[in-house]
Amino acid sequence: MNTPGIIKRYATKVLIHIFLIICAVFSIYPIIWIVMSSLNPGNALYSSTLIPKNITISHYVELFTETDFGLWYMNTLKIAFFTMVLSVVFVVITAYALSQFRFRGRKLTLMTMLVLQAFPSFMSMIAVYLLLLQIGMLDTHLGLIIVYTAGAIPYGAWLVKGYFDSIPRSLPEAAKIDGATNMKVFVKVMMPLSTPIITFIALTNFMAPWMDFILARLVLRTASKKTLAIGLFEMVRDRANTEFTMFAAGAVMVAIPITVLFVILQRYVIQGIAEGACKT
Amino acid sequence: MVRYSAKAGVLSAIFMGLGQLYNRQVVKGILFLLAEILYIIFILPYNIESIRGLITLGDKPQEIVDGKIIQGDHSIFLMVFGIISVIVLLLFIVFYLLNIRDAIAVGKQREHGRVPAGFINSLKTASEKGFPYLFLSPAVILILFITVVPLIFGILIAFTNYSSPDHLPPRNLVDWVGFDNFINLFKLSTFSRTFFGVALWTVVWAVVSSVTAFFTGMFFAVLINSKGVAVKKFWRTIFILPWAMPGFISILIMRNMFNGQFGPINKYLQAIGLGAVPWLADKTWAKITCLLVNLWLAFPYYMAMISGVLTSISNELYEAASIEGANAVKQFTKITLPIVMYSTAPLLIMGIAHNFNNFNLIYLLTMGNPTNTSYSYAGHTDILLSWLYKLTLDQSQFHMASVVSIIIFVIVAVMSVINFSYTKSFREEDMVQ
Repeated sequence: MNTPGIIKRYATKVLIHIFLIICAVFSIYPIIWIVMSSLNPGNALYSSTLIPKNITISHYVELFTETDFGLWYMNTLKIAFFTMVLSVVFVVITAYALSQFRFRGRKLTLMTMLVLQAFPSFMSMIAVYLLLLQIGMLDTHLGLIIVYTAGAIPYGAWLVKGYFDSIPRSLPEAAKIDGATNMKVFVKVMMPLSTPIITFIALTNFMAPWMDFILARLVLRTASKKTLAIGLFEMVRDRANTEFTMFAAGAVMVAIPITVLFVILQRYVIQGIAEGACKT
Repeated sequence: MVRYSAKAGVLSAIFMGLGQLYNRQVVKGILFLLAEILYIIFILPYNIESIRGLITLGDKPQEIVDGKIIQGDHSIFLMVFGIISVIVLLLFIVFYLLNIRDAIAVGKQREHGRVPAGFINSLKTASEKGFPYLFLSPAVILILFITVVPLIFGILIAFTNYSSPDHLPPRNLVDWVGFDNFINLFKLSTFSRTFFGVALWTVVWAVVSSVTAFFTGMFFAVLINSKGVAVKKFWRTIFILPWAMPGFISILIMRNMFNGQFGPINKYLQAIGLGAVPWLADKTWAKITCLLVNLWLAFPYYMAMISGVLTSISNELYEAASIEGANAVKQFTKITLPIVMYSTAPLLIMGIAHNFNNFNLIYLLTMGNPTNTSYSYAGHTDILLSWLYKLTLDQSQFHMASVVSIIIFVIVAVMSVINFSYTKSFREEDMVQ
């Protein structure tokens, strides 16, 4: 045995771990910083320190008593939930029709969907606004949910269709021979086999309303109807230096559930993205 | 032999349902007949009116008579309803053609001596054949109104002068101007300077931000996957956190951290004796800040995706390589890199397309600032999409915004077709020859 070799290998190992620790600190520093800021007694960005002199939860209390944060939270949760449910229903039904049937206009539909998802959402903004105004759905959550759902269909349907295609044809056909109707094949055979991709669609569409800024700002006009993304952005833009710690508390309140959800379900996310991108 | 099919076809072409009646399919014939009568009475007048509106975009401007405002035509509403009318008309034409086709088909059956199917039987066949259409219709209707109509509208705006201050309904009318806006984008010096300046930065931003994040992600994926590293799962979870956080929250946090006056980063730099850096105020630093923030946000995504690929590479490959005497570097360049690049190149393309339109990062972090005085309505860090946002929502320059978005669409569409051509969903359709 040669000792220098072992020492060298040991030293490399230690160095790699030190390097990883340093990078990890950089990686999660912003997260620690925002959590600490939210517990700081002061209000301003300037006075907040990484290690607070004394910890307070008063900003969390103020968030609910002095701003509409609770309301925004419920709005976002509601919009996210219904967007998720509607998107999954629409996406799955559309993908099923496109994958399992051969009919006139099928290729045209597929091609159109591919083209549609490449348009920047801005292009349709003005007209969406006018249409919602006309049917009286401007400034309503339902209007926003419908807009999100319509936007989710083209990409989602492509993805799920690809997944359905990979399920051996013999399975639904066997069920049909046994006398199952189209509806039954769909619910009893296809759906259970596609849980991973459906989870992915559900998760991405649940998360989208938490992040979206553009459409929410366009459709929702009244302060009490705002979503978290708009509310928190305005808090930072207008009052960064006076209410910074309150923003920090709000950020933590949003980040914790979403991050936990994401980490738990990350394997579906990774699989879903891989499905849509590579898989050659 | 009687030519039932030709007669039935001609009859159905003259008026919907006549051919079916001739074929002795009474119920079906009457239903078709009724459909056309209803269309002519209730929808056609409206269709003609609104298609005329689409062509003229209104001819009665708003007037003020005796201090009272008399509403004129609202060009933009005329346009939206005109588009919807054209779609309704097209759907009716398709329906009409189906009616003729049906009459001919049934006529042919009679020529072969078969008795035409009764109404109940026709319904049954229709529901079997129509199943996919039934399934598709909710999505199609939704997409038609929320996506297709608005998009056609958005494209048509590029050929009008819809803009502030002189062509803004309801006060003024909007007119068709042909390709003037496209010509102006390149001819008017302020617009062309802004367009090319912003477009250049958009491309640089999209490519550099994605490539840096991709290779940083690969670096960490390979490092964590290497033999010497303990508790791999722990490291992966730690490094995935920036990606797992809601994006807009991270960006807003970063905006505060990089705050030039009060942010912690500058406080630390000053504490260790280095000067404060104008992270968001200086034009070059602001661009670097955008790239840094994106790196932090996006490298975990690539790390996670590449880790997945790494675990699928068989260990035997590496063992064989080390027997052959290949060192770690050689193993990386000859085995790991080719395999990873082969299966994740589409992700990189997708990332570039995503960052090309990464409105959230730019707008929430810098709002496109610092402002560039030689640009029209854009700042140094504005990408095409955030410029578009400002043109539309702050400046009401709808016509120019529409021209720019058509250009963005062409670029993104090309990228996404390239990307989709890799996917299984696409390949099985034989859409690429």
